[in-house]
Amino acid sequence: MLEIKNLHVELEEEEKKILKGVDLVLEPGKVHAIMGPNGSGKSTLSYVLSGRDGYEVTDGSATLEGEDLLEMEPEERAAAGLFLAFQYPVEIPGVGNMTFLRTAVNAQRKARGEEELSAGEFLKVVREKAKSFKIDADMLKRPVNVGFSGGEKKRNEILQMAMLEPKMCILDETDSGLDVDAMKLVAQGVNALRDGKRTFLVITHYQRLLDHIKPDVVHIMANGRMITQGGPELALEVENNGYANLLEDA
Amino acid sequence: MALPKIKQDLTDAVLAQPVPEGGSWLTAARDGARARLGGLGMPIRRDEYWKFTNPESWTGAQAFLTASDASTIFDDAEPLTLVFTDGAFDAAASDDLALEGVSIELLSGVAHTDLHWAKGLYGKLEAAANGAERRDGARLFKPVARPMAALNTAMAEEGVLIHATGEVTRPIRISYRSAGGSPQLHHLVKVEEGASVTILEEGMPGAQSNVMMEADVADNGTLHHLRIQGPEQDRATLTNFFARTGTESTLKTFGFTANGSITRNEAVIEITGDNATAHIAGGCLGDNERGSFHHDDTVYITHDAVNCESRQVFKKVLRNGATGVFQGKILVQPHAQKTDGYQISQSLLLDDDSQFLAKPELEIYADDVACSHGSTSGAIDEQALFYLRSRGVSRKEAEDLLTLSFLAEALEEIEDEALAEMVQAKIEDWLRG
Repeated sequence: MLEIKNLHVELEEEEKKILKGVDLVLEPGKVHAIMGPNGSGKSTLSYVLSGRDGYEVTDGSATLEGEDLLEMEPEERAAAGLFLAFQYPVEIPGVGNMTFLRTAVNAQRKARGEEELSAGEFLKVVREKAKSFKIDADMLKRPVNVGFSGGEKKRNEILQMAMLEPKMCILDETDSGLDVDAMKLVAQGVNALRDGKRTFLVITHYQRLLDHIKPDVVHIMANGRMITQGGPELALEVENNGYANLLEDA
Repeated sequence: MALPKIKQDLTDAVLAQPVPEGGSWLTAARDGARARLGGLGMPIRRDEYWKFTNPESWTGAQAFLTASDASTIFDDAEPLTLVFTDGAFDAAASDDLALEGVSIELLSGVAHTDLHWAKGLYGKLEAAANGAERRDGARLFKPVARPMAALNTAMAEEGVLIHATGEVTRPIRISYRSAGGSPQLHHLVKVEEGASVTILEEGMPGAQSNVMMEADVADNGTLHHLRIQGPEQDRATLTNFFARTGTESTLKTFGFTANGSITRNEAVIEITGDNATAHIAGGCLGDNERGSFHHDDTVYITHDAVNCESRQVFKKVLRNGATGVFQGKILVQPHAQKTDGYQISQSLLLDDDSQFLAKPELEIYADDVACSHGSTSGAIDEQALFYLRSRGVSRKEAEDLLTLSFLAEALEEIEDEALAEMVQAKIEDWLRG
């Protein structure tokens, strides 16, 4: 699904090297988790893949189903099936959540040459999905993320993911700032979207989230590289012993 | 004091024009305005309040010959509509002027009537604003000159006279069309005690226009006023809005401008009764691809009573080398305790060539007041732009959404949700081009 080869990335303004040769292959239908200490480059990887400004790729490649991601605009990557659930979802005053969702869904449909959803069709789908994430009508009406609690913001991200039906979902520290109940709700949302074809990349600091979203592969990232990978047991080892041993082995 | 020569010459030329015909009270009012104008002189660029906006756009020869058709933004509100084409009332295109709770007449129709309520309002608020310097204790009070308003009082031949005596359930719309003329219109609105009315203005009054509205809102009265200007490119549009409000009254006026070469909207609001509310808000969307878009809001709110609230909320979207101007003043008189004044003016600069010139002024003589003001200029929020694009929204559409987001605070000032939606829908149309 997603293939990253020898990816080197610098911050444009500071010429600071963040990613120093990332290699990663994500299999279709699998859930991959990336764990790693602070500053290892996890969030940068998610931003570079989704096309945020401010990063310069100095070497390497990233392809989604064989297509060069790095050549695309952010909206083209989204239309190609990539989705990033933000660690810090952005507040947009004055734009209703529903308007935002409908604009996004229809923009992607248009880009893929599909017919746009009418207001009625859209409303039906969004209500159904919102209900399953405990997002009430009021949250759909309110401006995007404005006045939302941490949990509501993350649930709203998962709702967007459910509406956009991407092939490749990246979740950047979706568990940060969430209490246990909110985390479970988010995990439920993600699990409901696991259909054997859709691929997930879950970036997290804690094993806790992976109790609820069972990964197929766990990757450990440190100092701008993937240093090792394994099964779910690797996450448990990190939880018990920290990163020190793994960093030494690398 | 003698006027500077350039000002004197300009003023002499204007005063040499023929006086419009009318009855005794109207002639007296016009004569008074001519005298005021003679003393003030026509505005020139060197005047402090015209430093940012060139008055020659209205005092000089007409530069444009733009025509415009009917504007239809408020059709769904099913308003009672009066149509003015280049300043002349078009009875055939207008609705029957009968409506419950209000009398609607024309200035030209009452010019020869001896007794009419219009006599007590026509030019009166303008005259009060254009009063002489006066001393209030140790303080020398110097009113800001409003010569273009005095000119309007002196020269306007037509206008709507709206006298609300009850709750007027249907909005009254003043709809402008133009074949490229340069009209001056003078509207009067009198809202009696406990009465309420909504007045809508839309369309282009002329290629070069000077339109005035004087509004007197009595105790417990409510006036909602919306004015939408645009989207013609080549026009010079000037408005003067004067209001005096009574105890526990509500005044809400909102304006939105799309395009136009140059627009100046002046508002002078005097809150004279306790516990009153006066809000003025507006926005603009400047996109004159032919090289100039200039938009000026000049507002002066005087708190002359206890426990009143005023708000000024202005949002300007500027691009293609556009200029936005905001001159906003809150004056709190010594006895106007418990005043709650708020003023915000913000610009969204969509390129490096556009500029926003803001002059917020607070002059406070009472000691128990809460007044806040702010003024900012900024670009599109890159984080929000990326967020939207990462969801598949194109850059253009994302910028449009963020532009609407920027304008939202001003649009929220429109009391009636249905009217707000009509304005928002029109702005969305204009954004999409």
